[in-house]
Amino acid sequence: MNDVIKNPWGELRRLTAARIALGRVGTSLPTAAHLDFQYDHARARDAVHRPLDAEAVAAGLRAQNLDVLRVHSAAPDRATYLQRPDLGRRLDDASRVLLHPQPCDLAFVVADGLSSFAIENHAAPFLATLLPMLKGFALGPVALALQGRVALGDEIGALLQAKIVVVLIGERPGLSSPDSMGLYLTWAPEKGRTDADRNCISNIRPEGLAYEAAARKTLYLLGEARRLSYSGVRLKDETDANGLTLARESRPELSGA
Amino acid sequence: MAYAHSVRGRSFRFDDLKTLLAKATPARSGDALAGIAAADDSERAAAQWALADLPLKTFLNEQVIPYEQDEVTRLIVDSHDSGAFAPVSHLTVGDFRNFLLSDAADEAALAALAPGLTPEMVAATSKIMRAQDLVLVARKCRVVTKFRNTIGLKGRLSTRLQPNHPTDDPAGIAASVLDGLMYGSGDAVIGINPASDSIPAVMKLVAMLDEIISRQNIPTQSCVLTHVTTSIEAISRGAPIDLVFQSIAGTEAANKSFGVDLAVLKEGRDAALSLQRGTVGDNVMYFETGQGSALSAEAHHGVDQQTVEARAYAVARAFKPLLVNTVVGFIGPEYLYNGKQIIRAGLEDHFCGKLLGVPMGCDICYTNHAEADQDDMDVLLTLLGAAGVNFIMGIPGSDDIMLNYQTTSFHDALYARRVLNLAPAPEFAAWLERAGIFTDASAAKLGESLPAPLRALAFG
Repeated sequence: MNDVIKNPWGELRRLTAARIALGRVGTSLPTAAHLDFQYDHARARDAVHRPLDAEAVAAGLRAQNLDVLRVHSAAPDRATYLQRPDLGRRLDDASRVLLHPQPCDLAFVVADGLSSFAIENHAAPFLATLLPMLKGFALGPVALALQGRVALGDEIGALLQAKIVVVLIGERPGLSSPDSMGLYLTWAPEKGRTDADRNCISNIRPEGLAYEAAARKTLYLLGEARRLSYSGVRLKDETDANGLTLARESRPELSGA
Repeated sequence: MAYAHSVRGRSFRFDDLKTLLAKATPARSGDALAGIAAADDSERAAAQWALADLPLKTFLNEQVIPYEQDEVTRLIVDSHDSGAFAPVSHLTVGDFRNFLLSDAADEAALAALAPGLTPEMVAATSKIMRAQDLVLVARKCRVVTKFRNTIGLKGRLSTRLQPNHPTDDPAGIAASVLDGLMYGSGDAVIGINPASDSIPAVMKLVAMLDEIISRQNIPTQSCVLTHVTTSIEAISRGAPIDLVFQSIAGTEAANKSFGVDLAVLKEGRDAALSLQRGTVGDNVMYFETGQGSALSAEAHHGVDQQTVEARAYAVARAFKPLLVNTVVGFIGPEYLYNGKQIIRAGLEDHFCGKLLGVPMGCDICYTNHAEADQDDMDVLLTLLGAAGVNFIMGIPGSDDIMLNYQTTSFHDALYARRVLNLAPAPEFAAWLERAGIFTDASAAKLGESLPAPLRALAFG
């Protein structure tokens, strides 16, 4: 006897990773769908607590001729990090000493955030896609930050004297996406910036926003931030889902020529 | 001014009103993070006594954030209706709790009272209430709003169909919309959180939802949850927008961190009203809130996160929204650490919103870095259903693949309908039966086949 009522639109599952067409028992979840969820939740929780393999990430960045500085937020461990976001937004004393002024157009910060998987899987390959497109931007060093939050980039960018800071950070892991990477761009980084001062590109991973499309969006935002001398809610992203904007793509200041 | 209270020979002193409110707040990580929580349980219990003795009028004479510094305070003070407040103006906070629980406080009395209450009054009262008090009083309040259907009626529960997709792929979104409609979801709104805030991408999604709703003739509304300024620009470019969305908070500085102020919210509402797209009403705004957002923006002025959250409802009610929901567990464990704190906060937010006259829903949710799970969500859903929550979220299998958090599923809403005997909005319930999706909407009985018009929605 089978009490599971299947949904006749199961083939739509190929169109989305969403948990559609699960069927029902009465109006409740069938056992298999329920246990599938429970396992994925367990996996995502484990991902939050697994430390970043910083050595491997640094090696991947250095292989692209990037100058890597290892820094740490003021949150000493993961438990503190989860409960004290203020500490994750500040450098610890040892790191502050490491960062000398190196005036540049653009500095990258790569931070573990809430998913070490995201940074291990996507930081280096994404930069390998973006860097060849970036012409006319003087690059500063890359700060590889542990126990870091987005606003940590403000302090790092200010110490380096970077005109723009771009933070690559592990996003909250989802059940189906434990390795989603976010990108936050801030013009004139300094302490006290808020989310309204930043532009965000979310969900960078092959199954989400592909590296190519994310790189083109980044390039567009970088060009506009430099042209307008600001970033944030007033800087509107005019690109489509693939990061393309036909009218502006050909403009010289955006390709950096 | 300072407040003091003695219990069994031990005296406690609280420097000012916001300190008293913070110390009286049931424990949560965000207030500890802000350094304003009670030092221990005894101090918290004593603060609750001191708060109960406070005349409600105190909140009209002393502001937790100065009038001169904050436009939300100015809104609260300037829009206060002293006539509506008169029946309870002689009460203390403790007496006010007694009044709310009494038989004298019925639906009509509470509706008449709403414009006379300030967020700080209702927040203070919530702090000395148990979960059952928060449920019972909220259940007596009724806040009904309309656009293409009627939301918030007694014995009804609406759902936001949330078909998010990590790349805004139209086919993927359509698949989730179909799944949701077939489970009876979507009468509050079909609302997408876009992965991209770009204007062309937003306009594409708006057009797509408009086509689904008009082609299927569904008595519901759509929303793409993008920044209010993006919606205004999209409207000026001709986008068929039903509801204008914005995240809001309870201080001017926190709203500034979202890139908004009261003036731009008004501009957004005026833009939506100009389109005249509602058929049964003109509630055109959709707001989201959540405890901890002001602290997260370092814009809380030393006020506890639950009181600041209630102030966000004063912002909301000034714009006659169709929908307001607290996204209670989204912000993370640094503000609400575990299931117990999330459940309490969800009940407080719903109670405060309803008492202030706001059409309150709840995104019953948690993230993977919080100490919470599906069991906690079942508890909060059941309690909020009993409390008469206007709407909840609906998402395939509880898993938001774009925002990376877990909220209530289509199945969860059906559970609540069956256990608590809650039907969808009447216009939508009639459509569900007409379309052959439900065989009996009042009993949450579903058909088993896929009706042809809906098949066309996703199969082309």
